Amino acid sequence: MAVAVEAQGNLLRLAGYSGHDVPEDDLLRACVHCGMCLPSCPTYRLTGQEMSSPRGRLWLMKSVADGRLDLLDPIFDEQMYQCLNCRACEAVCPSGVHYGPLVEAARSQLEQHRPRPFWQRAVRGLAMGWLFGETKRLRALVGGLRFYQRTRLDRAVRRTGVLRLLRMEELEAMLPPVARRALVPGRERWTADDGGRSVRLFNGCVMGTVFADTNRAAARVVARNGAAVDLPVGQQCCGALHVHAGMMDEARTLARRNIDAFEASGDDPVVVTAAGCGAALKEYGYLLKDDPDYADRGARFSARVRDVTEYLAEGDLVPPPRAVRRTVTYQEPCHLVHAQRISTQPRKLLRAVRGLTLIEMKESSLCCGSAGVYNLIRKEMADDLGDRKARHAIETTATEVITANPGCAMQLRASLGRNGSTAHVRHVVELLDEAYGGPRTKPAVGGESRR
Amino acid sequence: MNRTSLVERLEGILGPGGVFHRPSDLLVYEYDGSVDGAVDTALPAAVTLPTTTEQVAAIVRLAHEAGLPVTARGAGTGLSGGAVAQQGGIIVSLTRMDRIVEIDRADRTALVEPGVINLELSETTLPQGYFFAPDPSSQRACTIGGNVAENSGGPHCLKYGVTTNHVLGLEVVLPDGRIVWTGGHADGGPGYDLTAAMVGSEGMLGIVTKALVRLTPAPEATLVLLAAFGDVDAASHATSRVIGAGIVPAALELMDALTIQAVEPAYHAGYPLDAGAVLLIEIDGVVEDVRALGEEIAAICREAGATEVRSATAQAERDLLWKGRKMALAAMGRLAPNYYLHDTVVPRSKLPATLHRVDEISRHFDLPIANVFHAGDGNLHPLMLFDRRRAGDVERVLEASKEILHYCVEVGGALSGEHGIGTEKRDYVTLVYSADDLAAMAGIKNSFDPAGCFNPEKLFPKGYMCGEVRALRAQAMAQKLGIYAF
Ligand SMILES: Cc1cc2nc3c(=O)[nH]c(=O)nc-3n(C[C@H](O)[C@H](O)[C@H](O)COP(=O)(O)OP(=O)(O)OC[C@H]3O[C@@H](n4cnc5c(N)ncnc54)[C@H](O)[C@@H]3O)c2cc1C
Ligand code: SF4
Ligand code: SF4
Repeated sequence: MAVAVEAQGNLLRLAGYSGHDVPEDDLLRACVHCGMCLPSCPTYRLTGQEMSSPRGRLWLMKSVADGRLDLLDPIFDEQMYQCLNCRACEAVCPSGVHYGPLVEAARSQLEQHRPRPFWQRAVRGLAMGWLFGETKRLRALVGGLRFYQRTRLDRAVRRTGVLRLLRMEELEAMLPPVARRALVPGRERWTADDGGRSVRLFNGCVMGTVFADTNRAAARVVARNGAAVDLPVGQQCCGALHVHAGMMDEARTLARRNIDAFEASGDDPVVVTAAGCGAALKEYGYLLKDDPDYADRGARFSARVRDVTEYLAEGDLVPPPRAVRRTVTYQEPCHLVHAQRISTQPRKLLRAVRGLTLIEMKESSLCCGSAGVYNLIRKEMADDLGDRKARHAIETTATEVITANPGCAMQLRASLGRNGSTAHVRHVVELLDEAYGGPRTKPAVGGESRR
Repeated sequence: MNRTSLVERLEGILGPGGVFHRPSDLLVYEYDGSVDGAVDTALPAAVTLPTTTEQVAAIVRLAHEAGLPVTARGAGTGLSGGAVAQQGGIIVSLTRMDRIVEIDRADRTALVEPGVINLELSETTLPQGYFFAPDPSSQRACTIGGNVAENSGGPHCLKYGVTTNHVLGLEVVLPDGRIVWTGGHADGGPGYDLTAAMVGSEGMLGIVTKALVRLTPAPEATLVLLAAFGDVDAASHATSRVIGAGIVPAALELMDALTIQAVEPAYHAGYPLDAGAVLLIEIDGVVEDVRALGEEIAAICREAGATEVRSATAQAERDLLWKGRKMALAAMGRLAPNYYLHDTVVPRSKLPATLHRVDEISRHFDLPIANVFHAGDGNLHPLMLFDRRRAGDVERVLEASKEILHYCVEVGGALSGEHGIGTEKRDYVTLVYSADDLAAMAGIKNSFDPAGCFNPEKLFPKGYMCGEVRALRAQAMAQKLGIYAF
């Protein structure tokens, strides 16, 4: 890649890509510019403009590679980050373009070359590197959050208006009641009724803390279906947030630690409850492809990863004994349906629940606007998508919106609330767990049985 | 008018969110779906995204006043460079005019804005038992405006006809900015059929801002047959026999081995990987007829040497069989970085011979050519696979193209079945049209767009319009002034 560096005023101008994580030429050239992806792209649907389409973004990436567009041109930054990385384009592309890795590399280029004010770097480093770099720290923070919710401090704070001032109102509206106790690897285990199979649960950062009870529900359901569940010690956040933000080094560090943590458990399936984490874990092989020590191990690890709905739908589900008489609708997380192409499995599970009525919503696979931390940085676009999603969900008259990813759950919660709906948002496994009888039917070894 | 004041006035019409003019914002409007073929890119001076007919008219009036070229753009899936602003000027992108205004069930019509996506119109009306029949393979992305401008067809046009058979009336912004309606609910009507003139005019006569289209009742039953053959020859003979037996299937498509290799691994549509060619035949109608015809066609295929004949009636199964076909063009990206395809039509009886010739050309130029096409109406799509970066590839593609086009015209065929001429095939039109034919068309162009500002550099051979239009304009002027110079 030719790099022409030219000083223009005080600004350093770079032509082409340089450094690590360059959008791969072969991947870029797989695009034949047919435009079949356009209608699937949420940002194109909202704006009708070519630069906000997958084909447009790929053209911009190619233009930078060809030296026709400056890497630091505002449109490049704008479009690489306006993209939700929802991968809807990838799922429909007839030519098999791997869009995700391309946009992630493009973002990494921006991270490497874009001058950022010192304070921004510091905040990003602190939030993404320090906080998510070690699960213990996040657990401590979430513990604080729970204290804040439990003590009703939240109401008092809301009254002061300080949240609005700090622009944290939306963040707060999204946050569900935090689980009573975080799920800590090594402390809880679930035994199966029969069979010698075992499954390793990937805990995740947000899932293991805010949504710890969802993970417990997943473990109970898996155990009911004949596999013992435990959580290998030493596992960390999956690094998806980092990959999406172009912070590849941080992501690779986390990936290596996770591979280490899970290696002792041989070939046992690694079951994941968050679609976003699952997609990232399944791509460790690619993420570490240039690391001689970890390339193969990464690929082997990735091959073990299963979304929990994927895992459960692979076999015959033990029929859940209880009927759940309720009307629900299913919202497909992008990183489940598009990145992992898992779409029939969650529905199969829901259909296994007696009494449940599943009404499909319109555009169930169009991004809800959550997209990692997108809804915090690009509120307007995210709100438009969230409102669109909420309207479709409300149309179905469902009293529960079922999904399979924490980001979606939070975004849906806020969007439904904003649109006047009282529908609850739950994970597929929570509903299944209810149909199996919930926590009391399946005592766990360790933490859960201590309650 | 300088650039700054042009932008200012455009923003006055559309607001700042409706105009792009920074050079880096224009980059993504330099191409359309043909960019990987042999078509040049070009940058416009500005891109506009109107939301109403009045805005379109105001933009056009401004362009008219400034003497700037205007190019309409839908989804940009066109395969002949139609939406590329060859002489710069203003692009009018109609993607934000995407409302289905009205569905009239009694009259079986829909009034739509031009940016409505083809498939979404059918998806909206299907629950009520109707669909929009023209189904280009690009239907999940392309717009009704683009369909009208290219007179697009698709697999099912064998039975149902192409776009022109389904457009009843159009609201059009003319090149001087006037807004007119052509046609209407009633078929026919006295006077010139201006709707027919607009359909297939490649954005050169006016910008469609609303279309009144016909909806077709969904058939009671549908059956798709997949017949596999040892080679393309056998498949094309089978095609001739089916049509020769007086059967009109809803669709009859042929895919060769190379196409199957691109599509099957991606879509698992169920095409046998060892087949030399497959036919996809759809029949629809009332239940009994469909069953009887299905059996008849299957028998004909077996007689013609089919190694396997399968049928699908369930919606999901049929969709899967079709998905592979509809995604075939773009799936070629899996076999080579670039493709370039033609869209020639030959008399059905000449299909086997034409395919032979294509095969010879492929070997002669050492250029893989995949065939996937509307066999039922003899509309070929030879797809040349190449790599733009490899020295000599583009030249070989162009040479091979010339040979294919020449051959097809020689056997009595046409240059384009459905993709239009655009810039891509403009230099070949003299193969099929005489000087007088072209002059007649130029006359129509001239009466709509005397300044030649609407989508210039399309359809007519390079250099043709400038001289010709000037001559016609001089003639008009002379007549007006009462001077009969010639
Ligand atoms: C994978 C693939 C498969 C395809 N398969 C088929 C097929 O089976 N059959 C077929 O016929 N075509 C096919 N095409 C070609 C293309 O999709 C059609 O020509 C389609 O109708 C173009 O629609 P569009 O909205 O993308 O128009 P664009 O490409 O944006 O424009 C096409 C032309 O229409 C003009 N135009 C657009 N909107 C308007 C308007 N409102 N008023 C006036 N002029 C306008 C433009 O100026 C241009 O000349 C295929 C293309 C691809 C990429
Ligand atoms: S569908 Fe694939 S090949 Fe076609 S434009 Fe989109 S990314 Fe490119
Ligand atoms: S990842 Fe999603 S938002 Fe980004 S280009 Fe693809 S479809 Fe559009």
